[in-house]
Amino acid sequence: MEFDFKSLVIIMMSAVLVNNYVLRQFLGVCPFLGVSKDLKSSAGMGLSVLFVMIMAAAATWPIQVYLLTPNGLGFMQTVVFILIIATLVQLVEVVLRKFLPAIFASLGIYLPLMTTNCAVFAVTISNINNEYTFIEALVSAVGAGLGFLLAMVIFTGVREQTAAADPPEAFKGIPITLISAAILSLAFFAFEGVIENLFK
Amino acid sequence: MEIIITAIIVTGVIGLISAAMITIATKLMFVKVDPRVEKLMSILPGANCGACGFSGCEGYANALAKGEVAANLCPPGGNDTYEKINELLGLDAGEGLVSKTAIIHCMGDTDTMKSKMIYNGISTCFAAKQLYGGQGSCSFGCLGFGDCVKICPSHAICITKDIAHVDIRRCSGCEVCLKVCPTGVISVEKMPVHVAILCRNTEKGAIVKDKCGRGCISCMKCVRECHAGAIAVNESLAVIDYTKCDGCGHCAEICIKKCIVAY
Repeated sequence: MEFDFKSLVIIMMSAVLVNNYVLRQFLGVCPFLGVSKDLKSSAGMGLSVLFVMIMAAAATWPIQVYLLTPNGLGFMQTVVFILIIATLVQLVEVVLRKFLPAIFASLGIYLPLMTTNCAVFAVTISNINNEYTFIEALVSAVGAGLGFLLAMVIFTGVREQTAAADPPEAFKGIPITLISAAILSLAFFAFEGVIENLFK
Repeated sequence: MEIIITAIIVTGVIGLISAAMITIATKLMFVKVDPRVEKLMSILPGANCGACGFSGCEGYANALAKGEVAANLCPPGGNDTYEKINELLGLDAGEGLVSKTAIIHCMGDTDTMKSKMIYNGISTCFAAKQLYGGQGSCSFGCLGFGDCVKICPSHAICITKDIAHVDIRRCSGCEVCLKVCPTGVISVEKMPVHVAILCRNTEKGAIVKDKCGRGCISCMKCVRECHAGAIAVNESLAVIDYTKCDGCGHCAEICIKKCIVAY
């Protein structure tokens, strides 16, 4: 198998920055807003999403390419992928509980949330839609996970600041969170065109 | 028609394989959980306040099930919880519940303490403390922005005239306020507390007198008159040794500055 290193880097960087799943494609916003109150839990959530994304990409790609497409079952993609992601999350949960109880205790609440995390699902679908090879699919999953982690960590920093600030009564709580999320998302639009010009 | 059957078969097989994998994994990696932990969790108040010394109710429940700790470490739960835990674990309730209360050692409200500036910044004690130790002239006292009020899980603290007050009947003694107070003006004592010295200023008497009408000026009167010998003056500040105090309340009556208060 031939590796095109440049295209892998482009896929990775664009998944992290340009097409950041949370801030550019608005997928997986629920955990982004829900568990970004402190750094420990947001980093935990980010890392577990990263892990599940890689696992899901590695599991769904062969099933799509070797099982669904040859049998003309492309329309079953959504159902089958959700089934696989849910199974994976369950397995990860069981394994973590047995062998790494400390990590399980800190992630415990977030792991089941991942089952229905649309960012994970979107990564597997976009791998197929972009006709990536297996390696490219894995790299894009890593990029998507890192992008999610990056967005979570940055937004936690922002939220710690807004918690200390004293916004007007009407903006307290959820409104100021949504406004700062929107501004952060706008900031990520600045990465538009960076990747294409990086490797000219 | 054929494609529908293929779809059903493929999805069904994938589903079955997934189910089999999860079942096998769960059986192989079965983790034995003490069934009492769950029951203990339902007995404990679930406030996760940390008064027991564990990070949350779950940690305490785990330790209880293992028999590592005493059952009387949960002040928010009160006697009710204590009895239920003993009943569940088959212990006898001999030792009794250790009940505690928080005390805010400051009487320097807006009437008695001079302010050194008008503070218009972020209205939290933590922020105010950063700027020359707060707006009051005494930097040992309560800042009055109510960081403790916001965090108190039992709503036992209120602010009047820029000074925090604890409602002893409501306080569960969880020590959460202790951790957020930037001046360290709060202490948590074992009940019953009969008298308390509500001043933390360790400066010389003359300086304290100038700053605050209710500050301890270390006149030594309470030390001399306490028949139990429970009061001592360290660093120009009177301190009560609660293991010796018998609660006669005499010191509160004779204190010149009225900074000793009887409950």
